[in-house]
Amino acid sequence: MRLAIDYDKCTGLGLCEAEAPEVFEVQDDGTLLCLDENPSEELRAEVEAACASCPTEALRILED
Amino acid sequence: MPTSTGEFSDFVVVGASLAGLRTVEAARRKGYAGRITLIGSESHLPYDRPPLSKAFLDADHEPVAPRFRTAEHLRDELGVDLRLGAPATAIDAASGTVAVGDGEVRYDRLVIATGAAARTLPGTEGIAGVHGLRTLDDAMAIRTALDAGARTVVIGAGFIGSEVASGARKRGLPVTIVESLDVPLTRSVGLEAGQVCAELHHANGADLRCGTGVDGIVSEHGRAVGVRLDDGTTIPADLVVVGIGVIPGTGWLEGSGVALHERDRGIVCDATLATTVAGVYAAGDVVHWPNPLFDDQMMRLEHWTNAAEHGAAAAAHAIDPASAKPVSSVPYFWSDWYGHRIQFVGVPQADEVEVVEREPYLALYRRGGRVVGALTIDRPTQIMKLRKLIAQRASYEDARAFATNLPAVRAPQPVR
Repeated sequence: MRLAIDYDKCTGLGLCEAEAPEVFEVQDDGTLLCLDENPSEELRAEVEAACASCPTEALRILED
Repeated sequence: MPTSTGEFSDFVVVGASLAGLRTVEAARRKGYAGRITLIGSESHLPYDRPPLSKAFLDADHEPVAPRFRTAEHLRDELGVDLRLGAPATAIDAASGTVAVGDGEVRYDRLVIATGAAARTLPGTEGIAGVHGLRTLDDAMAIRTALDAGARTVVIGAGFIGSEVASGARKRGLPVTIVESLDVPLTRSVGLEAGQVCAELHHANGADLRCGTGVDGIVSEHGRAVGVRLDDGTTIPADLVVVGIGVIPGTGWLEGSGVALHERDRGIVCDATLATTVAGVYAAGDVVHWPNPLFDDQMMRLEHWTNAAEHGAAAAAHAIDPASAKPVSSVPYFWSDWYGHRIQFVGVPQADEVEVVEREPYLALYRRGGRVVGALTIDRPTQIMKLRKLIAQRASYEDARAFATNLPAVRAPQPVR
């Protein structure tokens, strides 16, 4: 899985981190750090939930 | 009509804001292929409300309506029959119909997501320059007044009012906030944290007057020119923003058989968001439901996250009631004031609130031996970890150990 993250849209609310903490972490300054830009398939459910949860719709899974 | 199991073909969602939209999207994601009708009282396409009191008021940006989806997407991708511009006015449970405008819409399953309306100040109806802030139209009116340099009075120092005050101060406009309580936000975050939030107003030049009631709006030629307080003073104002809470959008359900809460007329649901009428569920701000994570405490939340989660759950349960599970969630809300981000997770009703760190602020809420809530200001990297601890029913000691063993945090950064 590859991720597309629109950092201009992201406001660091952290709902993605709540769904998939292995993949997303909001930093001290409110910016998003992607811990794994190619998450393994086992994480698909979590990553899909993270993308769906984003209030600013900044996250997408790019299908190969 | 099928009420509990089996095939059905008419799914109706009343309320075209976040919870309603999420209901529709989840229904399609779950594979429901029948008709979906989405009914919204406003004429606008579904839009996002949090930005209305934040970015939408910012002078640095053109105001862009935060629309969720295009009409084409709703019609073609989601296959939704969109009925905007007229509210639903009644349910007839016996025949399975919702009355809208002059007509009726048949339902097999119904999700009510009518949200809430801003509470108004009695006697101020029709006075120009007096606004609540709930809808896109409200936000446009407030933005226009701020663009004109309005002297602003905010009635109610809650989160919405405080965000408007912050937006006005960012433009350098004079702002007075009038709050009837001695400390603002005590119901949402408790006394101690309410005090800390109040300090942000003082530090940023807003004139916060607590323990003060409003006697009335002073108007000339039908337009507000000031706010008269119960101490006899009058504050000049071109813009008066009323942020004194909301009323659940359920007037149309009186007598329908859908049970309403005696205190605020929100909808009383079970743990799966089912109402007292078969086949009818509810989602979002309108719902009271027992949250299993907090000892089945009945909750009615006015949070973005709650509306999104409820929408998804209500759709799943309406489509497949046999698989319905109790909706268990850790409440989460955020608010942006003066470049600071306030975040709260959990519930504020606690035996003790402990301020673990002053700068940047972090408070923990303890109930018995358990952590049930946390409030941070400018600690975005910690809040979701605290939310996880609350979801795991972690002990207070574990939460405290986490919060006191944090690496040194850099000086607070304004949110982007």
